[in-house]
Amino acid sequence: MEEEKKDKFLAPENEIRQVAAPDGSIIEVNPLEDYFTQDRPKPYKVRKGPVEDFLNWARAESLWVLGFGTGCGSIEIPPLVTPRFDMFRFGIQMRATPRQSNVFVISGYLSVKTLKRAIRAYEQMPSPKYIVGLGSCTINGGMYYDSYNTINRLDHYLPVDAYIAGCMPRPEALLHGFEGLKKIIKAGKGHKANEYIENLDWYKANQKKIIKDWNMPDYNW
Amino acid sequence: MDYSIEKFLWSLLGLFIVLNWGFLMASTMRRVGARLAGRIGVPMYQPWIDLVKMISLKTYLSHGVMYYIGPVFRLVGGIGMFLFMPILVGSEIWSNYSFSGDLILLLYFQSFGMLGMAMGASDSGSPHAAIGISRGLSQFAAVEVPMTLAVIAIAIQHQTFSFESIMQAQQGGILNWTIFTNPLASIAGMLAMLGAMSHSPFNLVKAPNEIPIGPPTEYHSSFLSVLRTNSAIIHVVEAALFMNLFFGGADTWFMYIIKTFFVYFISVFVGTVFPRFKIEDSVRWFLKWPTLIGIIAVLVAAYW
Repeated sequence: MEEEKKDKFLAPENEIRQVAAPDGSIIEVNPLEDYFTQDRPKPYKVRKGPVEDFLNWARAESLWVLGFGTGCGSIEIPPLVTPRFDMFRFGIQMRATPRQSNVFVISGYLSVKTLKRAIRAYEQMPSPKYIVGLGSCTINGGMYYDSYNTINRLDHYLPVDAYIAGCMPRPEALLHGFEGLKKIIKAGKGHKANEYIENLDWYKANQKKIIKDWNMPDYNW
Repeated sequence: MDYSIEKFLWSLLGLFIVLNWGFLMASTMRRVGARLAGRIGVPMYQPWIDLVKMISLKTYLSHGVMYYIGPVFRLVGGIGMFLFMPILVGSEIWSNYSFSGDLILLLYFQSFGMLGMAMGASDSGSPHAAIGISRGLSQFAAVEVPMTLAVIAIAIQHQTFSFESIMQAQQGGILNWTIFTNPLASIAGMLAMLGAMSHSPFNLVKAPNEIPIGPPTEYHSSFLSVLRTNSAIIHVVEAALFMNLFFGGADTWFMYIIKTFFVYFISVFVGTVFPRFKIEDSVRWFLKWPTLIGIIAVLVAAYW
């Protein structure tokens, strides 16, 4: 009976173990509960008024994209920093860490393995944060619609602000998509991060249906 | 020293000018780099927008007390460097809080921010931050050697540790500048400046495509905005430090802006030409040629 309950995907460092304290007493350590917070996130308050309009304008004109290519579409991102397309003109920059970025480009298909990393990266980004789905694969699976190893609809797992259709969309389309995202943010409608937190149970149930080896806290702070 | 409110307000105004000049210089230099690559580059006002955006992002994280204090230490290091160095030579209102031993205090403030940042970043618990700190501190330790040797050589040459005296001694023509009266110390100091500015080829510590971003990898929203503010101030102040030591200081704000721009431009120019050094290579480089030149400069200044 005990054997069946044991999670075979649990990483060795996350297993419940017993540790000897300096005074000789034995302490049980459960890393997933003791080392990670189990708190649920709260939605932030959406304000209105001229100050918020100004902040929205600043958020739109300074999009920091997480440098994380998930599928074949990530090949369309490097040309954006070259002289031909030059996304820096529009205030779009690449950051290497999720903590400092507020736009996540899901570039193409998302395999089951990558979905887990994408969720972890997305949840670590500070709100308000935005997701751009690049390519048809994020909308309906695209040419991978019957693959055993990729997800079909991205917005079942993560909230998407803007889609860029095509297989593959060219860098111009990506720039156009960013312009669309800017319009959404400036209009004060870029609060999908709140939607994610309000419907967290639904998203988590969907994610756990796909990710069988869920060996992380429910929300990655 | 004068501690009146009026003096304080003048210094605050100077800090405001230096901060905005730092932001403008940052975007200008990014545009220069972009033009060299054939691009147009960021808009001139991008650093201010980035600052507003960073402040507007929400944070719910806590990594401990030192995590909060780290960026404050870093900012204090930058503002401290600004406060204890005269801005304009021979000017009473723009002399800030400089005194007879300010050069030593300035060398201390240079490392103060680094150490505070190291403690704060290590409190974030990210392994990338730990690697970045060890890299940053070892590079900084290597940069300090030629810089201190250059400062000692200049102090022996002018028999003073006061900025005001060193700047006054360089007045009255270009040939009085330290770069002509003491070229060896100037070369050692300017080579050390390349490291102090942490531009390419010595930007391994904070380069985005290395170990992600280096020490500030966990810093975001307002924390990052404090770090950005500091880097804007410190780039101008570091340039002003080398301008005061080697290029005769500035007697007007116009000259201050022109000279700091060109001193900073030297590091950008070198950075666009040379690729990035590995950390062991950069440490070895600083401890080889600049240090050797610095030692010779001290010996020449002492025994010539």
